[in-house]
Amino acid sequence: MAEGGPVADLRQGLERLGRTFTAKIWRLGFAARFLAYLVLHSGVALRRFGLTIREIYFAGVLSLIIILISGLFVGMVLGLQGYETLQRYGSSEALGILVALSLVRELGPVVAGLLFASRAGSAITAEIGLMKATEQIAAMEMMAVDPIARVVAPRFWAGVISMPLLAALFSAMGIFGGYLVAVPLIGVDQGAFWSQMQASVDVREDILNGVIKSIVFGIAVSWIAVFEGYDAPPTAEGVSGATTRTVVTSSLAILALDFVLTALMFTGGNGR
Amino acid sequence: MKRSTIDAWVGAFVALGLAGLLFLALKVGNLASFSTDQTYQVLAKFANIGGLKVRAPVKSAGVVVGRVAEVRFDNETYEAIVTLNLSARFQFPKDTAAKILTSGLLGEQYVGLEAGGDGVMLKNGDRLRLTQSAVVLENLISQFLFSKAAEGKDEKGAKK
Repeated sequence: MAEGGPVADLRQGLERLGRTFTAKIWRLGFAARFLAYLVLHSGVALRRFGLTIREIYFAGVLSLIIILISGLFVGMVLGLQGYETLQRYGSSEALGILVALSLVRELGPVVAGLLFASRAGSAITAEIGLMKATEQIAAMEMMAVDPIARVVAPRFWAGVISMPLLAALFSAMGIFGGYLVAVPLIGVDQGAFWSQMQASVDVREDILNGVIKSIVFGIAVSWIAVFEGYDAPPTAEGVSGATTRTVVTSSLAILALDFVLTALMFTGGNGR
Repeated sequence: MKRSTIDAWVGAFVALGLAGLLFLALKVGNLASFSTDQTYQVLAKFANIGGLKVRAPVKSAGVVVGRVAEVRFDNETYEAIVTLNLSARFQFPKDTAAKILTSGLLGEQYVGLEAGGDGVMLKNGDRLRLTQSAVVLENLISQFLFSKAAEGKDEKGAKK
């Protein structure tokens, strides 16, 4: 085996790589089929809307505090840092534009999405994973209740509904934080702060695109969260691993999708 | 299905979220301004509008009195036709002059109006006769260089 050693090692490594790759592709396909099945069987979640409302409470209302406070602080930091840079060029009145545009276009949807993934996405995964580990899902199937329609779909739609609202609140809170720093603390003129902001933020171009971003992130995070939970190995280890994967995968998905969406929305044509 | 306290919380959350969106649209994005105001439109032809954009402010004496509604290109005179939406609260004489100015050194461009002395006021659809185009930095520099070069020639000529 002395001569065949390295070759065998290489072959083994390649085989392992191939197996992992095949498994990943397999899993991606399953996730896509899962999403299609979920959307097709979400009639119950929409007809018995109380189920979805309950999940909006857990995913949305309980995430409210962290979203509002982070938004406030992000806006305040943007105000301070933006002022430092802008006052060098003698245009500190443009602080309103800087804070509003960066929040509405980018930071609002992205940071709210990241917070939502770690606050609500992980909870959804852990909950569904534990239901599977304690065989509640199997029991539902036994009673001829479709667990995807009854358990998964309400959580998915709750995430999709909550995410744009949370992102909008994050941006609004951030702009308020930026205002607090700019006007009472630094002493930027209040009229210039608002009017410059209003003159350069476009409702369709900036705000609507931000909302579209947050809806896309909401779909991505909710999909990843429910899928990881449903696909988790029914052990304590499996559920904890799935929770970690939810946060990692959805954070990466948000950042990657953000790049694609920004490239589509803000570089096309209008030449700003 | 019964009402529960969760419904109230979710309702409050959705209302709050929509209020946030409304705040963004109205206060930040300024959807409301000038749309409720009565406006009248005035046209102005410029040889060069520089970097003037739609929605840029129209100012008179530094006060915003309207916005740029449309920028078109006239293919007969090869000039830019700028449509200005002026607030009906402000009336200007018929011989008002329009200039394209820049706020600050690197600021955005806007249309400045200078009122004339005519007794007749501008009406909807009128055209401003007196206009001054945007200052294009390259033209300014080339003019400066040419005038310098011309001075140099004159001096040489004087020496001979």
